[in-house]
Amino acid sequence: MNSTILYSILLLTSIGILSAVVLYFIAKKFKVVEDPRIDEIEKVLPGANCGACGYPGCRNFAEICIKADDLSSFYCAVGGNECMAAVAKILGKEAVAKDPLMAVVRCGGAYAHRKKSTVYDGVRMCAVSHNFYIGETDCAYGCLGLGDCVTACPFGAISMDPSTGLPVISEEKCVACGACVTACPRLIIELRKKGPKGRRVFVSCMNKDKGAAARKICAAACIACGQCVKACPFDAIKVENFLAYIDFNKCKLCRKCVDVCPTGAILEVNFPARTEPKDDTAQPAKTEA
Amino acid sequence: MKNPIIKTFPQGGVHPHDNKLSAGSPIARLSLPKTVFIPVAQHIGSPAVAVVKAGDKVKTGQVIAQGAGFVSANIHASVSGTVQKIDEVMDSTGYKRPTIIIQVEGDDWIEGIDLNSEIRREIKLNPEEIIKRVQDAGIVGLGGATFPAQVKLSIPKGKTAEYLLVNGAECEPYLTSDHRLMLERGEEILIGVQILMRALKVTQARVGIENNKPDAIQVLTGLAAKYNGIEIFPLKMLYPQGGERQLVKALVNREVPPAPAGLPIDVGCVVFNVGTVFAVYEAVQKNKPLIERVVSLTGPAVKKPSNFLVRIGTPILEMIQAAGGLPEDTGKVISGGPMMGRALNSLDIPVTKGMSGIVLLPRGESQRKEVLNCIRCAKCVSACPLGLEPYLLMTLAEKKFWDRAENEKILSCCECGCCSYICPANRPLLDYLRLGKLTVMKIIKSRKSHG
Repeated sequence: MNSTILYSILLLTSIGILSAVVLYFIAKKFKVVEDPRIDEIEKVLPGANCGACGYPGCRNFAEICIKADDLSSFYCAVGGNECMAAVAKILGKEAVAKDPLMAVVRCGGAYAHRKKSTVYDGVRMCAVSHNFYIGETDCAYGCLGLGDCVTACPFGAISMDPSTGLPVISEEKCVACGACVTACPRLIIELRKKGPKGRRVFVSCMNKDKGAAARKICAAACIACGQCVKACPFDAIKVENFLAYIDFNKCKLCRKCVDVCPTGAILEVNFPARTEPKDDTAQPAKTEA
Repeated sequence: MKNPIIKTFPQGGVHPHDNKLSAGSPIARLSLPKTVFIPVAQHIGSPAVAVVKAGDKVKTGQVIAQGAGFVSANIHASVSGTVQKIDEVMDSTGYKRPTIIIQVEGDDWIEGIDLNSEIRREIKLNPEEIIKRVQDAGIVGLGGATFPAQVKLSIPKGKTAEYLLVNGAECEPYLTSDHRLMLERGEEILIGVQILMRALKVTQARVGIENNKPDAIQVLTGLAAKYNGIEIFPLKMLYPQGGERQLVKALVNREVPPAPAGLPIDVGCVVFNVGTVFAVYEAVQKNKPLIERVVSLTGPAVKKPSNFLVRIGTPILEMIQAAGGLPEDTGKVISGGPMMGRALNSLDIPVTKGMSGIVLLPRGESQRKEVLNCIRCAKCVSACPLGLEPYLLMTLAEKKFWDRAENEKILSCCECGCCSYICPANRPLLDYLRLGKLTVMKIIKSRKSHG
C-alpha cells in the first residue's frame, strides 16, 4: 500500500520536472519579443476599446502608433489631447492637438413639430423601420425615434427624451467615438467641433425636400430659404439640396443665422441667455418678474 | 378531365386560410381618375428617366419615361392629358420618389395600338422582335417582383432554356387577380405562352395552378389541348407555392441553386407570372404597352370584394371607393398579399406595375401580437421552404454577427414570411432576416469595392 503512494508521487514529480524542462526550452525558443512600449502606451490609453480611432482596440492602436513615423493621423477621441500627448511623450514624438469633437443630433422634429400620420408596430429598431418605410411622421430624413443610437453608444451618453421623441447626447459623457454616427440609418448624427465652452451652432435638420414640402411635414424643418447664407458674415453656410449646412471650421459663433432662421432649424447650444431686446413693452414685464 | 397528380415542393411551407373573397367577382374596368401619379421607378433596376416636362400634352400609351440601361423598363402614360408636374410622391415603397403627375383629360390613345377585343392568334414576330416589343412595352414581372421581362427573355451566354414555367399559383391569401385573369382571358394567356416559348426557343411550357382554383385549371386545360407543348398542372394549396424556386421544384423537379447567385435559368427554366404573360400577349399581338393591370381589392370587411382593371397611377382610394368605401375598423392597408405585402402609409399611393392587390385588414387581424421568448420549437425551421434556420438567423442579426449570418446563408432567404407566420411566440423573424440580408449585402459590396 505504501509503495503505491510512493511510486505515484515519484512518477508525478518526475513528469512534472520533465515537463518543466521541456517547457523552459520551448519558451526560450519561441519567445515573442514585444516592444515594452506597447504596454506602456496601453496603460495611458483609456481602455474603452471603442474603435473610434479606427483600430480594433486600444492595444492594436498602441502597436500602430509605435510603427508610425508621425502621430498626426492618429487620435484617441476618448482620451483626447492629454492622452495623445502622453502617448507622444512615451514615443518621443510630436502630438498634434486636435479640437475635441462631439456628436450632435441634426433633427429638430419633436412631437410638437411633426404630426404622426401612421403607427409603426414592428421591431423597435431604427434600422428595421427605415427599411420598411418613411416613418411615422412622413419625414424621410428625420429621426425615427427608436433609439439605435442609444443602444450603439458604448459610453451611455445618449438617452431618448420622452417629451420630444429625440435623442439627447450628454455633454460630459460623449467622447465622439462615432458609434452613433454609423448606427443611425438616416445619418442624422454628426461629429462637430465641441466649441469653446461647449458652444455650438448647427442646422438641426436633414430634410432635403423642397421648402414647402419640408414645411408641411415639420414645423422645425430647414426650408432652404437662404436667409442664413445672406446673414453669415464668414461665408460658413451653404445650401445644397434644399438643406443648409454650417461649416464648423469657418463658423465664428456669431449667431446671426440663428436670429434670421424663420423655422428655428438652426440651434445654438450652451450660450448664455440672450439679453432682452431693447423693447419698451418688454421692460415692465421684466421688472415685475 | 382525368385526375392528374397534384404537384408541390417538398420542403417547408405553411397553410394560411386562402380567404379568396373576391374570386367570384369578374374583372371590372375602373373609371379614369381625375389625376394619375406615375412613379418613374416601378421596377427592379435603374429608374426610368422622364422624357416629358410640365405642361406637355400626352396621349395614352405614349412613353413618358425611358428605361435607363438594360435592367430598367419604359413607363407609358396610362391616360391622355396634361403633365402637371414631376414631383416627389409617396409610393408603395413607403418613400417619396419622383413621379409624373398627369391631369386626366380623356382617353385618347396614340396611333398603332389595336384596341379591338378580338383575339389575335397568329404570331408574326421573330424572337428578337418579340423581345424588342416586350422591352418597348415596359413589361415587368407583374407577380410583384417587377423584374424587367426583357432581361429574363435574354438568355445569358452558355445557358439554354428548356422549359417555360408559368406561375398561376397565386398562393397569397386573398388575392384573386391572376385567378380571374386565367378564367376570363385564358386563351390570350395561352397565346402569350406561345409567344414567350418562341422568344425563348423552347418547346415545352408548364403552367402551375393551385388546386383551390379548379375552375381555372379546367378552363386552361380545356384550352391547352389546342396548343402544342403547353401542359397545365394542378399544384397543392401550400404557401409559397408560387415562389420561383418552389415552382421550379414542383413543376420540373429541379433544384435552383441557392440565392443570391442561383437563378431558374441555371436549371434551364424561365418563370413568368400569368399576369406578365397576358401583358406580353397584349404587347406583342396588339402593340399595347403596359398601362393597366388587374388589381384585387379585398379584405374581410370590404363591402364588395372586387377585381379591377386599373390604369397605372390611379390612387388606390379610387378603388377602395368603388368597392364600397374604406371599412371603419381598417387597421392596415396592404399592397400585395398579407404574407409578403407591405402596409401602405397613405390612401393616395398610386397603383404601380407590381401591385397585384390591395388587402384591407381590420385592426384586430393586422396588429402585431406581443413578442414572447423563443421556446426552440423549431416550427420556423420546418416551415422554411429553403431549409434555413430562421430562429438562428434572427438571433445573429439581433446580435449583429453579420459574418456568421452570411455563413448561415441569410442571403438565400426569399422573405416569404413562413417563419413569422408560424412562430407561436410571435417573434418578428422576418424583420430581422430582412435587416440581416440588407446589412450582409452591404458588407459584401464594400468588401468587393475594397478588393
